Amino acid sequence: MIDFLNNYGAQMMRLIWEHLYISIVALGLGVIVAVPIGILLTRTDKLATFFIGLASILQTVPSLALLALMIPFLGIGQFPAIMALFIYSLLPILRNTYTGMKGVNPDLVDAARGMGMTESQLVRKVELPQAAPVIMAGIRLSGTYVIAWAALASYIGAGGLGDFIFNGLNLYIPELIIGGTIPVTILALLVDFVLGRVEKKVTPRNQVTE
Amino acid sequence: MIEFKNVSKVYGDGTKAVDDVTFTINEGEFVVLIGTSGSGKTTTMRMINRMIDSTSGEILIDGKDIKQEDAVQLRRKIGYVIQQTGLMPHMTVYENIVMVPKLLKWDKEKMQETAERLLKRVDMGPEFLDRYPQELSGGQQQRIGVIRALAANQDIILMDEPFGALDPITRDALQELVKHLQEEMGRTVVFVTHDMDEALKLADKIAIMSEGKIIQYDTPDNILAEPANEFVESFLGEDRLQQRSTMQTVDQVMVKTPISVTQDITLGEAIRVMRDRRVDTLFVTDMNNVLQGLVDFEAINKNRQKASTVQDIVSHVYYVKSGTLLSSVADKMLKRGYKNIPVVSEEGKLEGLVTRASLVDIVYDTIWGDDEEVESIPLETTQFSESE
Repeated sequence: MIDFLNNYGAQMMRLIWEHLYISIVALGLGVIVAVPIGILLTRTDKLATFFIGLASILQTVPSLALLALMIPFLGIGQFPAIMALFIYSLLPILRNTYTGMKGVNPDLVDAARGMGMTESQLVRKVELPQAAPVIMAGIRLSGTYVIAWAALASYIGAGGLGDFIFNGLNLYIPELIIGGTIPVTILALLVDFVLGRVEKKVTPRNQVTE
Repeated sequence: MIEFKNVSKVYGDGTKAVDDVTFTINEGEFVVLIGTSGSGKTTTMRMINRMIDSTSGEILIDGKDIKQEDAVQLRRKIGYVIQQTGLMPHMTVYENIVMVPKLLKWDKEKMQETAERLLKRVDMGPEFLDRYPQELSGGQQQRIGVIRALAANQDIILMDEPFGALDPITRDALQELVKHLQEEMGRTVVFVTHDMDEALKLADKIAIMSEGKIIQYDTPDNILAEPANEFVESFLGEDRLQQRSTMQTVDQVMVKTPISVTQDITLGEAIRVMRDRRVDTLFVTDMNNVLQGLVDFEAINKNRQKASTVQDIVSHVYYVKSGTLLSSVADKMLKRGYKNIPVVSEEGKLEGLVTRASLVDIVYDTIWGDDEEVESIPLETTQFSESE
């Protein structure tokens, strides 16, 4: 263990960083794209079915295949990996944003609108705060997925802890496999924990429990 | 003033939620829209703040067509209270109360002052300002709901079954509070309910709705006295009508054989009839017993020389149709000083006569109803006295 860290410690830190970088950028993009789309979808039910269906289909494409598919379009390296992971992160966020927004007590929406809120005020002041816990749960779910799948990103040359795992597999060095897997797991748990805290934080202090 | 002019709301599938409704709500009036579910009462109310847009017709507020106005701006001028309070769970009581003032960008002090003042009006202290709605009881929550609708000095307040979910005691207290606030502040309230007791208690005017139409729009007293049709009667309920002893119609108490003469008899004959029957007035009918008017002793005396038949001196008489509720007749008798009022059938035929003596019977019965006299007076009144 000590030996392993002595030999690979510096490299591991770099890979952890790469891994986090890819995941966070992918997830961040996912949030930036999926949340607004999710909100817009609540305004058009027909499009909603279509978009959520589309996102579900993308989700069913095997992750390795999706990564491989990126190569002809975007080449290899970090960028295609980020794009692939971004696509993966979309569905849970999109779906949770949509359900969260739809699940807001219609009386509240009615009252807010009836008192003279504009659509954007309604979204910002009522619907988003009310839907925040559900949306955050979606982001959290995406976050752990993305961390786990980012291990595959090394396959298309994006780096990350996947490098250890693949090298270990190729060279029959179990230490490397373990040395890659454990940090990934820890990272996933860590991200889950941090996002869980955020989720708690955005939950309104007196969320109605119905 | 809110004016509905031939307003209809038709949904895409062809259902007419509101069907050619025309009525006016005066400033400072407490108007209750009542009806069964699906009667269009809520739709009618929600068209006022354009939560629902009418399909045809016009709604004017103070003479201005509301469709010309921006819906959002319009709504900020109209208070809105719904059944499940609609309080924002993620906002404090204070934030909830000043929601509309905040949208109107009032300054902080004014909002703070308004919130505290209004809270006090509903007997709640400033300590509530920082609480969250879920920490309050149902009654307290709806108090906040009500004052939230008043916070921006809205002249018109719409209330959609605001007290439906409350227990009877709390509901009672809130009804009184709302009525009190409305009278004191002179706001116009449009209130939707399906509870007739609530309507009778609160309303200056009640609009009874069914299938998208207004069946009757009048004061509670007038509606009780003269329900427009059977639907209204059944909606009011037998009990309520009896409670006010208004179910009694003139037919039940009228004298069945009023003294009348036909219009072609001579004055001399008329005088003879008067003397024989010991009366001073006679009702005049044509050959078919259709009421023409009346002659009294004085008129005969004056016109003895000039006129030959009663036809020439017959004077107009106030009459009511058979089936008219007694209460409205009694009211007119007392206020206008009629000694008696003839009752005619649909075709105008003289059927009977309500006299002041008939009214005395009823009052007598109300007071002494349980005595042996019961048999001689109408059934309805007996029931009334038993319930006393």
